[in-house]
Order: sequence, then structure tokens, then C-alpha cells
Amino acid sequence: MSAAEISFDKKVVKSAGMKQMDRLIFAAIGYVSIALLSILCIVPFILIISSSLTEESRIVLEGYKFFPSEFSTEAYKILFKYPDQLIQAYTVTILVTLAGTLVGLFLTAMTAYCLSRRDFKWRNQFSFFFFFTTLFSGGLVPWYLMMVNYLHLKDTPLALIIPLLLNVFYIIVMKSFMSNIPEAIVESAKIDGAGDFLIFMRLILPLAKPALATIGLFLALGYWNDWYNALLFVSSENLMPLQYYLYKMLGNLDGIRKAMAGSGAVATTPLPSEGLKMAMTIVASGPILIAYPFIQKYFVQGLTIGAVKG
Amino acid sequence: MNRHGFWNDVVKYRAILLMLAPAVLFFLLFAYVPMVGIILAFKQYNYAGGVFGSPWNGLDNIRFFFESGDAWRVTRNTALYNIAFIVINNLLQIFAAILLFEVGGKWFRKITQSVLFLPYFISWVVVGAIAYNLLNYDIGTVNVILKGFGMEPIDIYNTPAYWPYILVIVSAWKGLGYGTVMYLAAITSIDTEMYEAAEIDGANIFQRIMKVTIPNLYPTVIILTLLAVGNIFRGDFGMFYNMIGNNGILFSATDVIDTFVFRSLITSNDIGMSAAAGVYQSVLGFATIMLVNYAVRKHDKDRALF
Repeated sequence: MSAAEISFDKKVVKSAGMKQMDRLIFAAIGYVSIALLSILCIVPFILIISSSLTEESRIVLEGYKFFPSEFSTEAYKILFKYPDQLIQAYTVTILVTLAGTLVGLFLTAMTAYCLSRRDFKWRNQFSFFFFFTTLFSGGLVPWYLMMVNYLHLKDTPLALIIPLLLNVFYIIVMKSFMSNIPEAIVESAKIDGAGDFLIFMRLILPLAKPALATIGLFLALGYWNDWYNALLFVSSENLMPLQYYLYKMLGNLDGIRKAMAGSGAVATTPLPSEGLKMAMTIVASGPILIAYPFIQKYFVQGLTIGAVKG
Repeated sequence: MNRHGFWNDVVKYRAILLMLAPAVLFFLLFAYVPMVGIILAFKQYNYAGGVFGSPWNGLDNIRFFFESGDAWRVTRNTALYNIAFIVINNLLQIFAAILLFEVGGKWFRKITQSVLFLPYFISWVVVGAIAYNLLNYDIGTVNVILKGFGMEPIDIYNTPAYWPYILVIVSAWKGLGYGTVMYLAAITSIDTEMYEAAEIDGANIFQRIMKVTIPNLYPTVIILTLLAVGNIFRGDFGMFYNMIGNNGILFSATDVIDTFVFRSLITSNDIGMSAAAGVYQSVLGFATIMLVNYAVRKHDKDRALF
């Protein structure tokens, strides 16, 4: 009897020890793996920063490295010496992002509100009308011809704003958020004689602030990072957004050299091309890299709202 | 009577209908009306005639698309890349989410989660710049390291065989944070009582993950995989275009339907061919989504998308 008890105790002790061991092994694997993945995610950025701060002749001779073998801010100096084109690209991106985000957010919220109203007889039909566009489309060509040949939007700011303005997925996320706003609020406002638009503006929008912040930031990020619509619709240098300017610069520095020559640089001066490309990459993504630690929680919110039902 | 009722409803919902009008107009103009342009796939487009005035040429565009071998190549590439992305990205994201959930203090989790999320926020153009920095033949970091070990540099931008691996890594790298956060949210919402029960039953940490965490992730995995499988014939244009661009040497291994459609339209200005490939993609995609949804519906009605 007592012998059995002792052996039983031993077993418990042993299994507890094993458990401790498992936990240790797991923690070791866990910390190492996560740390490795994190390093892999951040190393390319360090590489770019280091490359942008390396003396050009050293890059040409030794290649890009994790630490500048000879420190130099020449690439940045040249970038900012003739900043007209850069400032123009920043201006385009900022204005397009602001306009697109504000208008897009308002339309997304207004549309989502209509679809979230349970007393609206045709809300399923309209939901399907929007949803169907995610299932089937006419493809790139007809859409492109609509933008260019019929609406004549080539080389206009609208060509950068319209394509990203409304997104069915954002409407659905917003709608599912608004569906959780108690109907009683709408009902009581109606009894007080408020119209649907007034209810939306005065009651729904303030209550939907968390969703507005999330969708607004998704929209803003989309606009800030957009280069595709510029690739399709922009040939004028005055309308190049930041990412497209970077894209141009990576592909063809001659064009940039000419643009700089136009703004006063001497075209024959050899540019620190390789360092310049990396400096431009940092300048183009700088604001996002600085802002993202503060805004990422809204994206996480969006993912969790959206994950409820695709 | 019925008509009467319809107009009564229009009057009743006039404010809501007006509020819906901008979005309805938007999708009519930029989604539904362009569907008419599908006819371009069956036309010999010329600028004088436009969409409606150009002469018909039957199935010539589509026949040429298939006979040139392009159709098979881009379809195969698109589907295989997407399958690889779905499998590898999801496994990696689930792996990272489980580890993040199980180990680490608040700070470790917060910082690493932020770092993993970083690639999500940058544009594909910046990813292209990073690739250039790493893979360039003369000055790329990969070759710098190889040379440092006394090895021969490799000409990555001229060797198609490397690219399936590179693109899978890039896709995993960019999507890791987003997916990890999503799976982490799913794990966090698992009932803690299940973990306590596992604890009392003497399960160790590996058993707990295999028997509690992973089974509870199935619904999320299934929904995400279905969404992704439905889009299996849609290539990620931003990634492929910024990584490869117009480097024809790599096309055998990297050309997807979307890059083919784009090049036909913008580079070679072959409207008919581009439209044909686009319609082919749309029909294929639509059929896939319907099929996937039908299968899920049959299996489990609640999981279906629609």
C-alpha cells in the first residue's frame, strides 16, 4: 500500500519534471525561431539604410554591405540638392492619399450604413450587386479603356484616386461593424423626426469611429503605396506619385538625371547611382516606417473585425 | 398593385437609395459596364473602330493565346505559385502565431510582432529595391557574401531556376506579419477553459498545441484557404512585376496571367490578346470560386462564402 503510494508520487514528480523539461525545450525553440524570423524581417531595411550611407566608390568596388565601409551622406545630399521632382512626388502622394482616403471613407461608411439597415427592403439585392464584382470582372482591358478612352482620365489626378476609392471588402467589414450598433438608437432618432442621412451623419458616424479609423488607415496605406495606377495612367512627370518615382528611379536613372538636369544639376556629373537608389528607397518609405509602430494596432483591429466573416 | 407597391417603396426608401447612389454608380461604371468589353476578346481591335466598331474575329485571339503556348505557361505558373504561397505562408504564419502565443513576456511579444508586421507596410516597389540590393550580380549582398566565402557569384537575374524559391520567400516574408496577427487573434479567442482542462489532464505543451490549439484553428484555416483557393488564378501583379519587371529571360519561370495581360496591353499594345487572356482568367476564376463554394456548401453549409 505505502509502496504503491511512493511509486505513484515518484511518477507525479517525474511527470512534473518532464513537463518542466518540455516547457524549457519549447521556450528555447520558440524564442530562437521568433527571434530569427524577426531578424529576417528587419535585416533588409538595415541593409538599405547602410547602403544608402556608403560612399559610392566603395559600393561599386565591394557591393552592398550591412555596415558602411566608408560612411557618406552624399546620396542624400544629392537627393535634396535639387528637390523639385521629389517635392512634387511627395505633394502628389500626400494630396492623393488625403483626398482618396477622405472621400473613400465617407462613401464606404455611407454605403455600409445603408446595407446594415435591417428595415431596408432591398439590402440583400444591393449587397449582392456589390459582392458580385469580386467574383467576376471584365478584366483589365475593358476597365482600362473605360478609364482612358471613355472617361479621359489619363494623366489626371482622378486616375490615381478613383481606382482605389471603393473596395467591396472594406464595405463588408464596415457593414458588419455597423450591424452591431443597436437598432434602438436609429429608432428613437426616427421618432424624433431625423432623416436617414442626418442619422448617419450625427449618430452612426461617431459610433463607428473605431471602424472608420481602421478602414481609413487601410485606405491611406493603399494610396500611399500605390504605384500601379501611375504605371497605367500617368506619363506626366508632374503627376508621378512617390512610389512610382522610386520605381522609375530603380529602373532608369537616366530619366532622373535628366529631370535633375532640368532643375539645375549638371548632367555630366556622375551621380552616386547605387547609393542614390537606396537613399530614395528610404526617403519614399520613411514616413511609413516612422508611423507604422503607432498605427499598426488599427490594422490588427481590422484583421480581427474582418476575420469574423470574410 | 405590385408596381404601385414598388414605387411606394422607392419613395419610402428614397433617402437610403440616394445614399447608395454614389457607390452603385461607381460599380456600374467601373465594374458592370466594363463587363460589356468582354466582346473585345472576340474582336480585332483598332483605334478607329473602338470597342463597338472593330471587326469581329471569332475565336482567333483565344486560339492564338492557346496555340502560342502562353496560356498553358501562365496558367500553370499562376496556379503553382499560388498553391505554394497558400501552403507555405499559412504553415509559417500558424507556426509563428503559436510560438508567439506560448512563449515570451509582454514586451518580447509586442516587439517581435511589430517587427514581423513591418514588411506588410511597405510597397512592392520598395520590395523590388530590396531585391535589387540583395540579388544584383555585381554589388548584391548575396554575391558579396558568396565572394566573402571564396565562392563564385551567381547570376540570379539571368537564371530562371532560382526564381520559384525567391518568389516563395518574398511572398512569405511580406505576408508573415499580417497572417501571424490574424492567427494570433484566432488563438487568443480560444476558450481558456480548454487549456485548463488539458493542463489538468496532464498534457504537456506539445500535446496541448496539437490537441487544443491546432484543432481550434481549423475554421480560420479553412475559411482563409477557401478564399485563397478561389483566387488561385489571380496572380499578385505587384509582386511579380516589381521583382521581375520586363526581364524576359525569367518569364518561363515567372510569367503569370496578370503580368501577361498587362504586357499584352501596355507593352505590345495587343488589345485583342490582352482582352482574351483577361476574359479567360475571369471565367476560370469565377468557375473556381463557384466550384469551391459548392463543395464547401455541400460539406458544411455554415462555412460557405455565399
